[in-house]
Amino acid sequence: MSIRYTRRDSLKSLAALGAAAASPLAFAQKPLTIGVIYVGPRDDYGYNQAQAEAAALVKKMPGMKVVEEENVPETAAVQKTMTGMIAQDGATLLFPTSFGYFDPHMLVVAQKYPDIRFAHCGGMWTEGKHPKNTASYFGYIDECQYLNGVIAGHMSKSKKLGFIAAKPIPQVLRNINAFTMGARSVDPKIVTTVIFTGDWSMPVKEAEATNSLADQGVDVFTMHVDSPKVIVETAAKRGKMVCGYHASQAKLAPQAYLTGAEWNWLTAYMTFIDAAKAGKPHPNFVRGGLKEGFVKMSPYGPAVGDAAKKMADGIKAQMVADKFDLFKGPLKDNKGATVIAAGKTFKQTDIELEKMNYLVEGVVGSAS
Amino acid sequence: MIVLLPAFAIAAALLVFGVIVAFAGVSPVDVWTLLFKGAFGDWYSWQNTLQRSAPLMLTALCVALPAQAGLVIIGGEGALVLGGLGCAAFAQLVPLPANIVGTVMVCIAGAMAGAAWIALAGALRQWRGINETISSLLLAYIAIGLFKHLVEGVLRDPASLNKPSTHALPDGMLISGIGGSDVHWGFVIGVVACILFALWLRWTPSGFSLRVVGGNPRTAQLVGLPATKLVLLACALGGACAGTAGAIEVAAVHTNANASLVAGYGYAGILVAFIARQQPIAIVPVAILFGGFGAAGSLLQRRLGLPDASVLLLQGIAFVFILASEALRGTDWLAFWRKVFGIEVAA
Amino acid sequence: MNADAIVTFVAAIAGGALRVGAPFLFVSLGECLTEKSGRINLGLEGVLVFSAMAGFGGSYWSGSPWVGVLAAACAGASLAFLHGVLCSLPRVNDVATGIALMLLGLGLAFYLGKPLIQPQAAQIPSISLGDWSDSAAVRSALQINALVPVGLVIAVFLWWAFANTRWGLLVRMAGDSSSAARALGYSVPGIRIAATAAGGMIAGLGGACLTLFYPGSWSEGVSSGQGLIAVALVIFARWSPLRCVLAALMFGGAGAVGPALQSIGIGWGYHLFNIVPYVLTLVILVATCRPGKTATGAPGELGAPS
Repeated sequence: MSIRYTRRDSLKSLAALGAAAASPLAFAQKPLTIGVIYVGPRDDYGYNQAQAEAAALVKKMPGMKVVEEENVPETAAVQKTMTGMIAQDGATLLFPTSFGYFDPHMLVVAQKYPDIRFAHCGGMWTEGKHPKNTASYFGYIDECQYLNGVIAGHMSKSKKLGFIAAKPIPQVLRNINAFTMGARSVDPKIVTTVIFTGDWSMPVKEAEATNSLADQGVDVFTMHVDSPKVIVETAAKRGKMVCGYHASQAKLAPQAYLTGAEWNWLTAYMTFIDAAKAGKPHPNFVRGGLKEGFVKMSPYGPAVGDAAKKMADGIKAQMVADKFDLFKGPLKDNKGATVIAAGKTFKQTDIELEKMNYLVEGVVGSAS
Repeated sequence: MIVLLPAFAIAAALLVFGVIVAFAGVSPVDVWTLLFKGAFGDWYSWQNTLQRSAPLMLTALCVALPAQAGLVIIGGEGALVLGGLGCAAFAQLVPLPANIVGTVMVCIAGAMAGAAWIALAGALRQWRGINETISSLLLAYIAIGLFKHLVEGVLRDPASLNKPSTHALPDGMLISGIGGSDVHWGFVIGVVACILFALWLRWTPSGFSLRVVGGNPRTAQLVGLPATKLVLLACALGGACAGTAGAIEVAAVHTNANASLVAGYGYAGILVAFIARQQPIAIVPVAILFGGFGAAGSLLQRRLGLPDASVLLLQGIAFVFILASEALRGTDWLAFWRKVFGIEVAA
Repeated sequence: MNADAIVTFVAAIAGGALRVGAPFLFVSLGECLTEKSGRINLGLEGVLVFSAMAGFGGSYWSGSPWVGVLAAACAGASLAFLHGVLCSLPRVNDVATGIALMLLGLGLAFYLGKPLIQPQAAQIPSISLGDWSDSAAVRSALQINALVPVGLVIAVFLWWAFANTRWGLLVRMAGDSSSAARALGYSVPGIRIAATAAGGMIAGLGGACLTLFYPGSWSEGVSSGQGLIAVALVIFARWSPLRCVLAALMFGGAGAVGPALQSIGIGWGYHLFNIVPYVLTLVILVATCRPGKTATGAPGELGAPS
C-alpha cells in the first residue's frame, strides 16, 4: 500500500496541520458523509441487517452523515447509485456491501473518482490489480461457525447436523467446513448434510430444505443465506435446534436458538472512517476474526449445556490469543482426497483459504 | 391526444402517489421535485435514465414484434438471459478478434440464441396449438434455470470464486460509453432498432404482411400469406432483440455472464410494449419514462428515506392509470365539454 | 437405499406437495374461476403477494390468524376487482392490465409491508393427518394447513356449481359465448368482474397460506412466480377445478424434489431440479394440445378482445 502524494494530498495535509495547530480542540469539522449500499432489505434479520446495524451506530456519531440505499441489484444500477451518492450527496467514503458489486461495478466507478474511497465487503483486493482508492474488508466468521459446530456437536442427539446454504462459493464452503470440524471435534461420528438452494434469498426453498433435512433426522441447523429468518422459524416449528448466522435471531425462537455467528461490522467500518477522517491512506485489505472484534458470538440460549459452554469458551479464548488454527493438515475432503497435507497449517489470513473449493470429510454434499 | 392522455394519466398518478407518501409523513412537493430531479434534473440524472432505458427498448421489441403478428409473447426474460449466455459462451469457446468485429459477432451470437428460444414458442403455437403466452412464460423460467446451471457449472470461470460467472470478455470486445459518458452504445442500438423496425413494419411488403396476419387472420388466409413463416419470423426477430439486449448487458455492463443478468428487464419490457401500444417508435419514449422512474427511485430512497418499493408503487399506479386512460381514447372532447357547460351546439 | 429411507424420501416429496402445493391450489382455483368467465388475470402474482402481506399484517396486529386470513381474502378480492373493472373498459388489454396490476400489487405489498419483515405473526393451525405413522418424516409430511380442507371444499363446490347452478352456468356462458349471455339479458362485464373478484378472493387465501403457514413469514421473496405459474396450471388442468387440485399437488411435489434429493446426498444440478415443474407442464402441453383447438375445455372467449 504505497503512498502516492499528489499536490492535492499535500495541500490537504498542510491544511489539516494548520487547522490542528490553530485550535487545540478540534472544533466541528465538515461532516464526513458515507454511503452504504445494500443488496436487500435492511431489516432481513441477516446479512443486510448486520451491515445496517453498523451504519446505524455510525449515524449516531458526531460529525458523521450516512446516506443509505437498499435493494440495489448487482447491475449497472449500483454504479448509478454510487455515482449519485458521490455527485449528488457528497459522499466521500462508500460501502458497497454485496459481493457482486465489486467487479466490475465498484472498480469502474472507483476509476472515475480517484479521490473517493471505496470499501467493499467480501471482495479480494489485490495489490497492483485494483486501484488504491478501493479496499475490501471481511471477517473470519468461520471461527464463529467452528464454535457453532462445537455447541451443535454437544447438543445434537441424532449426531446429524444440517447446513442450508445458497451457493457453493469459497466463503460458504469455508463456513460449512468450519462448522463440521467444530462438531466433529466433539464427536468424530457427526455428519453434516448440506443443501444448496441456488440463490441468496429463496424463502420457500429454504423452508423446504429445512423440512427435508428434518425428515432425515437432522436436529441442529445452521445456514449461510441472506436472511436466516425462515430457516430458524421452520426448524423451531419442527422442534429442532438452530445456530444462527449474520445477526442474532434469538428473538425468533428463544428456546431453539443455541448460539450464533454474528458480524460486528462497526469495527471494520471504523477502520475506514478513522483513516478517512485523519487523512491517512485508505487501508486496502482489511480482515479480522474474533481477536480483532470483527465477528462475535451470540449469547448462549437456554438449551445449551454447561459442558458445551465450557468447551466452546475455552476454544474461543485460544482463538483470541491466536493459539488456535482451524485449517491444518492432515485434512481430507469428503471424496477421500487429502486437501491439506500433514504438517501444513494455514493461518486465518492465508489467501489460499479464500479459494477453498472442497468440503471436508463428514459433510454429505458436493461442492460443485 | 395520443400524448395528452398518457400525460394526464401520469399526472393523476403522481397526485395519488403524493397523497400516499403524505401519510408516511413526507411532503408530496419534495417527492415530486426529487422525482423530476432524479430522472431529468441534470446531466447525471439523464445519463442514469437513458442507461436504464437501453435494455428495455430491446426487450419491449420482443413483445411488440410478435404482437404485430397477433401473438402475445411474455418470455423476453428468458431470451435475454440466453442471449447473454450465448454471447459469453461464444467468446469463450471460439477465438475472436478483441475489437469491434468481435463485439458484433458476440452480439449476433446472443441474438441468435434469443431468436431460437422465442421462435420455439412460436413453433409450439403453430404446430401444437399451445398458447404462446403460457409457453413463452414457461420457457423463460426454463431458460433461467438452464442459465444458472451452466454458469455455475460447465461454463464457470474457475477464478470467479465467490460469484460464479463465465470467463470475462476481453477488454477490446467491451462496449464503451458514448463519448466518455455513462450511457453505453446499447442505448443507440436500442433506438436504432426501434426506428428500423418501425420503418420495416410500415413501408416494406414483409412488414405489411406481418401486420395483416396479426390484424386480420381471415384476410391473410384468403390472400394466401404464409402465416406460419411470418409468425416464426416475428418471433425470431423479437427474440433476437431480447437476445441482443442480453449480449449488450454482458458486453457493456457486466463483462461476463452471471446471475445478476436476471434483473427483470424482460418483464419491464412487456409493460413498455403494451403502453407503447406495440408501436416500435413509441417504445423509445416509454422506455425512457421507465428509465426515469428507476433513476428517480434511487434519489427518493437516499434523500427522503422512503422504501425502495415506493417507485414500484408509483410505477404500478402510473401504468394502471395509463392503461385505463386508453378507454377514454376517441372521446369527442368538444361535445363532452359543451354538454358539461350546457353550451348549445350551433344547429 | 433401504425401505426406511425410501419411505422418508417419498414422505418428503409428499410433504412438499402438500406444503408448497397449498398456495398453488388456491391461486389456480381462483384463476380457474376467472378464466371460466372469459378473462385472464396475469396480475395474480401481485394479488398473491399483496394478500400474503395483508394476511400477515392482519394476523400480527390482531393476534389471530383467522383475522389475517380474512384480511388476505379481502385484499385479494379488492385488487382483483380493480383488474376486473379495468379490463371491462373498452380498449383495455387483459394481459397488459394484468402485468400493471402485478407491479401495483407488488409495490403496495412491499411498501406497506416494510414494518412486517421483522415481526412474527400468529400462524394458521395445522391438522395432523399422520399420527398413525411411526416415522417422523411421514408425520411431518402429513401436517397440513387448516386451510387446505377449505380449498378442497372450494374445489368441489366450484366443480359442482359450474355444472349445476345458475351462477355457474352464467359464468360459463360469459366465458364461452358472450353473445348468448347478452341475448339472455345479462351483463357480461358484470359477470366477469364478479368472477374475477371472487377468483381474487380465493387466491388471497393462497397468500394467507404463504405467510401464515409455510414458509410462515413475510419477506419480499415469499412468492417465486407462483401467481404467474397458476395461469399455466389452469391450462394444464384444462379448466377443471378438480384437476386443479391434482395439478397443484404435482407442482408442489416437483418443487420438493430438489431439496429432497440433496438431503440424501444427490447434489448435482439443483437448478435443473428447480425447473422440473415448468418442464413437466410444457411436456404435457405438447402432448395434449392440437392446433386449432388450443386445449379442450378452453372457454371460447378467453383472449378475445373485451
